[in-house]
Formats: sequence, C-alpha cells, structure tokens
Amino acid sequence: MSEYRGGAQARTALARRHRVRAWEPLPWIVALGFFFAFPKHLGFGTEVLVTILFALSLDLVLGYAGIVTLGHAAFFGVGAYTVGMLAKHGLWNEPLTSLALAGIVGAAVGLGSGLVLLRTRGLTLLMLTLCTMALLEEAGNLAHTWTGGFDGLDSLPIAPLLGRFEFSPLYPTTQYLYVLVVLFLCFVFVRTLVYSPFGQSLTGIRENILRMPAVGAPVPRRLAVCYTLSAGIAGIAGGIWAQANAYVNLGTLGLDRAATVLIMLALGGRGRLYGAFVGAIAYMVLSHFLSKIYPTAWQLGLGLLLVVIALFAHNGILGLGETVWRRLRVSRPLNMGAPQHRTPNPPL
Amino acid sequence: MTAPLLETRALTRNFGALLATREVDFRLDAGARHALIGPNGAGKTTLVNLLAGVISPTRGQVLLKGRDITGVGQAERVKLGIARTFQINRLFRGLSVLENVYIAVAERMGVAPSMFRPAGRRTDVVNESMHLLDTLRLTADAGRRVSELPYGRQRLVELAIALALSPEVLLLDEPAAGVPSAESHIILDAIDRLPPEIAVLIIDHDMDLVFRFAQRITVMVSGAVFASGTPREIGADPEVRAVYLGQTARG
Ligand SMILES: Nc1ncnc2c1ncn2[C@@H]1O[C@H](COP(=O)(O)OP(=O)(O)OP(=O)(O)O)[C@@H](O)[C@H]1O
Ligand SMILES: [Mg+2]
Repeated sequence: MSEYRGGAQARTALARRHRVRAWEPLPWIVALGFFFAFPKHLGFGTEVLVTILFALSLDLVLGYAGIVTLGHAAFFGVGAYTVGMLAKHGLWNEPLTSLALAGIVGAAVGLGSGLVLLRTRGLTLLMLTLCTMALLEEAGNLAHTWTGGFDGLDSLPIAPLLGRFEFSPLYPTTQYLYVLVVLFLCFVFVRTLVYSPFGQSLTGIRENILRMPAVGAPVPRRLAVCYTLSAGIAGIAGGIWAQANAYVNLGTLGLDRAATVLIMLALGGRGRLYGAFVGAIAYMVLSHFLSKIYPTAWQLGLGLLLVVIALFAHNGILGLGETVWRRLRVSRPLNMGAPQHRTPNPPL
Repeated sequence: MTAPLLETRALTRNFGALLATREVDFRLDAGARHALIGPNGAGKTTLVNLLAGVISPTRGQVLLKGRDITGVGQAERVKLGIARTFQINRLFRGLSVLENVYIAVAERMGVAPSMFRPAGRRTDVVNESMHLLDTLRLTADAGRRVSELPYGRQRLVELAIALALSPEVLLLDEPAAGVPSAESHIILDAIDRLPPEIAVLIIDHDMDLVFRFAQRITVMVSGAVFASGTPREIGADPEVRAVYLGQTARG
C-alpha cells in the first residue's frame, strides 16, 4: 500500500467513525416495534430498557476508561431512593424533575466517592467500590424511617408524566415509551462523548494508564469526570426504575445487581456502545427462558455460557461478530490484492 | 556561560537501602545532544524518571530554566516542555498509530477535555498528527493498530508520541532497545533528524551511536556521575575506559 493511501485511509477512518451507520436506527425501530407487537410484555420490555441504560453507564467507566468496578449499583440505588423517598414522603413526585434529581444525586455520590476511590487501581479499587456500595446498602437498611429498611418503599405516588400520562402498573405503556425516550437521550449523550477528544483520552487511559501522565494528561481528574457522568446516568437508570415500578427496595443497590450488569456487559462486549444492548437483552432473555425450562438449575446454564464467552469470545458477542465479519471480508476475492487495514476502533 | 535548560543539584534517590541516584549534579543545555551511558543498573532510567517527575527524589533539586520544579508532577512537567520515551514501550496498543499520536497532540493543544465535538472533526489535531507521522515516515502505518506493527515501528511510535508534545527537552531511554539491528537504522535516522532546537538526552548502550550523536557524554556508575565531558574527553579518559568502555567492543 502506498504511503499516501495508508495515511488518507487512516485520516478518513478517524473523520468518519462518529457518523451514524445505516444500521444504527435498527435497535430503536425494534424497540418501537416491540411496543406494538407485544403489548402484554411491556413490563418485561421496560425492565430490559432500564437495564440497558444501566449497562450503558457502566460501559462508559469500564469499557472506555477501563475502571473495573463492582459497585456500580450504588449509583443506581441512590437514584432509585432519591425518587422513592421524595415521592413516598410527599415531598416531590413530578417525574421529570425527580428523575433529573436522581441523576444529580447519583453524579454527586459518584464524584464524592470517585475522588477518593479512583486514586487506587485494580483489586483495591474493586474492593473499595464494593465496600462503598455495601456501606450505602447498610445505611439504607438502618435509616428505615426514611427508606423503609429491608422492605423498601412501595406504592410510590408518582404523578402523571407531563401532567397527562398515568403510570399504570398493569398497562405500562407510559413507562415503556418514557424509558425508551430517556434511554435514547442518554445514549446520544454517551455516543457523543466516546467519539469526542475526551472519549479518545479515556481510551488512552484504558489502553495505557501509565503513559497518559507522560503526555500531560491529568488522569485523576479525567477519571473523576468520567465516573461522575457515569454515576449520573446510573442514577437516572435507578430513578426511572423506581418510577416505572412505583417501588424501591434494597435490591437496587445490592451486589447482585452490580455483578449482573458487569456480566451483561462482558456478554455483550464492553467498550462498544451497543454491547450494553446486546448483553442486557441476551442475558435477560436467556435467564427468562432458562428459568422456565430448568427452574432449579438455570443459573448453571448462564454460568456455563459465561465460561464459554470468557474463554472463546473475550470481547463478548459483538467482539465475536466483528471477528467473524472480518474473516468473511478478508476472504472475499475482491480484497485479496490489498492488505487489510483494519479500523482499530470499530464503530460498534 | 548561559543558564542550563535543565539542571539537577545533589539529586539523590534511594530505594530502601539501595542508592539508585547519589548526589547527581547534572546539566542539560538548550538544544544539546547529550548522551547518558553506564553499565546496567547504573541508575540511568532512575535519573530520567526523576527528571520527568515520575518519581520524586529523596533529596536534592531539579530546576528548569532556573525554576525549582522538584515538586512539580509528571503531567505538569510535560506542559513545561519535558517529554520522554520509555525503555520498554508504553503505547496505546489497541489503538491505531494515528490515534496514539492524536491523544498526545490533543493533550498538548488543550483539546482533550472537549466532549461534544467528534475527535475526527478536529482537523487541526488530525493534521498536526499526520504531519508528525509524515516526518517520521510512519504515514503508511497511520491506520494500523500499534500491536500489529513490527517492534521497530512500535519504537518509532514511542518517539512520535513524545515529539507530539512539542518538547523543549526530550529524554530518550534506549530508543532502539529491542529492535533488531537490521531495523535499528530507522530509529537512528529519526533521531538524527530531530529538530536542532530540542535538547536531547539519550541513553544508549551502542557506543558508535553515542559517540557519533552526542556533543556531551555523562557516564554514570552505581548511581553517581562518574565522568562528564565531550566525546573526545570521555573516549580518552583511562578510568572510563577501565570501568565501562573497556567492557564493550569499542576501540
Ligand atoms: N522502583 C524501584 N524500586 C526498587 N529498585 C529500583 C526501582 N527502580 C530501579 N531500581 C533499582 O535501581 C537501580 C538502577 O536502576 P535503573 O533502571 O535506573 O538502571 P539503568 O541504568 O537504567 O539500567 P539499564 O541499563 O539496565 O536500563 C537498579 O539496581 C534497580 O534494580
Ligand atoms: Mg534503564
């Protein structure tokens, strides 16, 4: 390949990578289609959408900045309790503003804990995120006059959306569309972020955290910003979950939720934006059916699948797809002449 | 005599009982071509780490243009014009060559914190990165993932990242280390073509390179400066020949 073509290709790849691909509207069309095709399963659909949003927030820290955390449910829970306590105690129940508050409180807790925690790395960081979450959970348990303790808060009186659309637990049409719109907005935000110079510097931190200070990057500050934004989105996910279900309990900030979302992201493929979608859907659909077929041992099936993913598809389902796609393209005769210059950061 | 660009005064660093740097008084002049040599474990990398602010000294000072920067961190020193390469590659291995350089250029131009414009739309950063790759003859590899490149080319990317910071002081820690001799000329050519206004400190074990490249040579042994002078003085110093040069194939 000539110098000129190699350089021009690299330049074009970088200039175009943020462009919307032809297939990108597809997930949103499917989500809308689901609304009309499965009116009886909108409750499940809403749960999936919230989970995607939560997984997306984790992707920002884990997939892009490379921060391995086991405590991300802390922010989900903080957001959920913000909405829950405000509504239950008759303080505030307008959905949009309380959702914004859930995001702000999540972000604030993210910033506060991030400033301390992000000074550490690896296993220490993992343990500290876990401990922070456990502390919050215990605090939630102890402050039961406010949080309802172990039982949580139920029958939250959430006001109608925009003053018109009721949240009905039996026919969650409002919830589904509401969550879909919020997910879309958050997705656009995250997508913009990861393709920006800031996002590029996050990938730099992920790829080599030791090199970054040597190029003059204020690594702790950048990580704190990323962690705060991610915690804000997780807070929104938790807040909207509480609104959609009209209840909140300690399970929103437990290890179970934190570990599950991590598994989903690994399953779908981290650092790929759509990994959150694929992982959350694959996990939830699989566990849904496995639990029906093998009510007693379904988690075994999930465990086995994870082992397979970890061993053979390090980058999750999307990573596997990319590899197969590349092989197919390389073996096409049309491309045999020129060496393949792969795009290192695939659009997925 | 003009004030040195970068200077150390009685710089000392120990790792437990080990004195890795002892009372080093070192100076690097603007636009210098300075070589740092010494046997393995002499403390050369440690000195570079102290100059770059990766580690802080136990005692002593580092001064840049007369200003005490001993307490200034690594990232801030980069902003002050000190860049370095690593003896063992520290690259963004999963990213393209262009992205590797982009990260550094964006950081220098203050673009890196920006969140809402696509990175590829910052043509100023992209152009500058491509121009740099051009001068290092890396253009053809710009789109390739760094981990797919031969080691010699990776060493060139290591250099490119440092140059992307437009340094006044460039610290090169064994830039050709690990590169097969058939490829090492790529690195050496690139070093020869470095802009003359950059002050270069190079650590290397290749005496032919050192004596050809350097205007000044500092010899370190066991953490201390053993000798310092022009290549001619160092080459003629019997003690240096005894402790160091004698062991290598020179002369
Ligand atoms: N972080 C550290 N902790 C403990 N000891 C260290 C550390 N860094 C370096 N040393 C020790 O300090 C001494 C000097 O090491 P340094 O890497 O500076 O040598 P060098 O001159 O660069 O050697 P080489 O030519 O092999 O690269 C060695 O004995 C090394 O083991
Ligand atoms: Mg060394």
